[in-house]
Amino acid sequence: MGLDVRAFLALTSAGFRRWSTYRQATAAAVFTNSVFGFLKTYVLLAVALGAGGAAVGYDGPMLVSFVWLGQGLIGVVMLWGWTDLADRVRTGDVVADLLRPVNPLWTYLAADLGRAGYATLTRFLIPVAVGLVYFDFFLPTRPASYALFTVSVALAVLVSFTFRYLVNLTAFWLLDVRGVMLLAQLMMGALSGLYLPIRFLPDWCENVLWYLTPFPSMLQAPLDIYVEYGGIGTQLAIVSGQLAWVVVGFTACGWLQRRAAWKLVIQGG
Amino acid sequence: MADASRGADIPAGADSGGVLSAYTRLLVAQIRSQTQYRLSFLADVVSTCLMSLLDIVAVLVLFRVTPALGGFSGRQVLVMAAMALLAFSLSDLLVGNVERLRFYIRTGLFDVVLLRPLSALGQLLVIDFAPRRTGRVVQALVILAVALFLVDIDWSVARVAILVVTPLAGSLIFASIFVAGATVAFWWVESGELANAFTYGGRDFTTYPVSVYSGWFRRLFAYGLGFAFVAYYPALFLLDVPDPLGAPIWLGWGTPVVALLAMTVAACVWRTGVRHYRSTGS
Repeated sequence: MGLDVRAFLALTSAGFRRWSTYRQATAAAVFTNSVFGFLKTYVLLAVALGAGGAAVGYDGPMLVSFVWLGQGLIGVVMLWGWTDLADRVRTGDVVADLLRPVNPLWTYLAADLGRAGYATLTRFLIPVAVGLVYFDFFLPTRPASYALFTVSVALAVLVSFTFRYLVNLTAFWLLDVRGVMLLAQLMMGALSGLYLPIRFLPDWCENVLWYLTPFPSMLQAPLDIYVEYGGIGTQLAIVSGQLAWVVVGFTACGWLQRRAAWKLVIQGG
Repeated sequence: MADASRGADIPAGADSGGVLSAYTRLLVAQIRSQTQYRLSFLADVVSTCLMSLLDIVAVLVLFRVTPALGGFSGRQVLVMAAMALLAFSLSDLLVGNVERLRFYIRTGLFDVVLLRPLSALGQLLVIDFAPRRTGRVVQALVILAVALFLVDIDWSVARVAILVVTPLAGSLIFASIFVAGATVAFWWVESGELANAFTYGGRDFTTYPVSVYSGWFRRLFAYGLGFAFVAYYPALFLLDVPDPLGAPIWLGWGTPVVALLAMTVAACVWRTGVRHYRSTGS
């Protein structure tokens, strides 16, 4: 099941171009993400104010950049709304994917990276610019933080992709994945640090999330790295944790996909 | 097409029960189709229930970190959040489906809706009726009861009246936003999640005291869209707490008036939208 670099890049650029045609949807998403950015910023700034300037180590500017980078990253890591594979399972088109001499896991990954690239230029940059204009935005003091943030975002995309792929694979058994999808989106939103920094939670809860679930690796990780929560040691630990979840994620996808192919029921029509 | 949109005026059958039974059949068909895939339906029910709990959990988590938010205590904010949740759940149950309008327009299914001799809006609300949303209303009622139990309220006839009227009127404000927001799809088919900024955004906005926000953002959401009247002003009246922003306490009675205004605007927007409708041809 080989997939050479040229084919991979071609699929990536196809993914980029496919998403760049959804202009209206992108504009609507940027607008909505920005409105929620304002909402969250005001609430979290009020929390910091009420807590006497800083909430669990996040001061005002840190919270501002946490919110706006998070709103920008929603589209990049794509926390919700990806049902490409599940739709093809339901319609039976997935047979064509499985007949090709390349592992669909890699073809879908290539397309997803193209999508993430397009989202970075639009859905990430515009809300971040809005946040920079309207609020007092934290800028990292160590140059290494920018590099680590970039690496961490890339890893977050991979972790999120494997999780979404796993959820989509359940379509082989369930066919109708709307419920599971909703549950998955709920978990990705609530436990990834999107709604609130997960460090606001009790310690035990926070630890369970960091060590036993992939969710913080999808969003909280790059955000904490950017706002320099803790020293460089903490930042490196966060990135290593993400790497571990990438390995776990792809292993699980490969395993479940083999099981799914065995189980395949071709839908008529 | 504009003529077909006024289909409600055309008699639907020999007897007046015809319209009602057509709606009932659409409703029953929808409930049956939703329960076909059991595991998926179960996951759906669980996640919708969790979703509304989440707003409340968020408030509790924030108050772990801070003792006050916008000048209010945790228990006071909980009352506002619960009132907002009840209003939102009610409107989501009644008209939440209207956000599927863009799907109907894109696929051309809206042509079918317009051809039937029933009101277009009425059909949209019934076709995708989601019974699982009833659970959220019950849940919101329980949460509101608990929140009210946790604060000291000097109960009077006026306070009981405001407690009953507010969630109903508040849900009409949300419903107007839902309908007006969905109408954008008539002009802008791929409007995607644009309306979410005001519907779900409105839900989040009303969860917290208005004093938390500032600038043009507060003016737009609190007064422009009327969200300050969904929970904030009525809650101040219930709790007998002066507004840190200086608004008079009697504004707590304003919710029905604002709801009426919002509904009028939404109805106008909807009519203009339907008249503007051109089939995508697919």
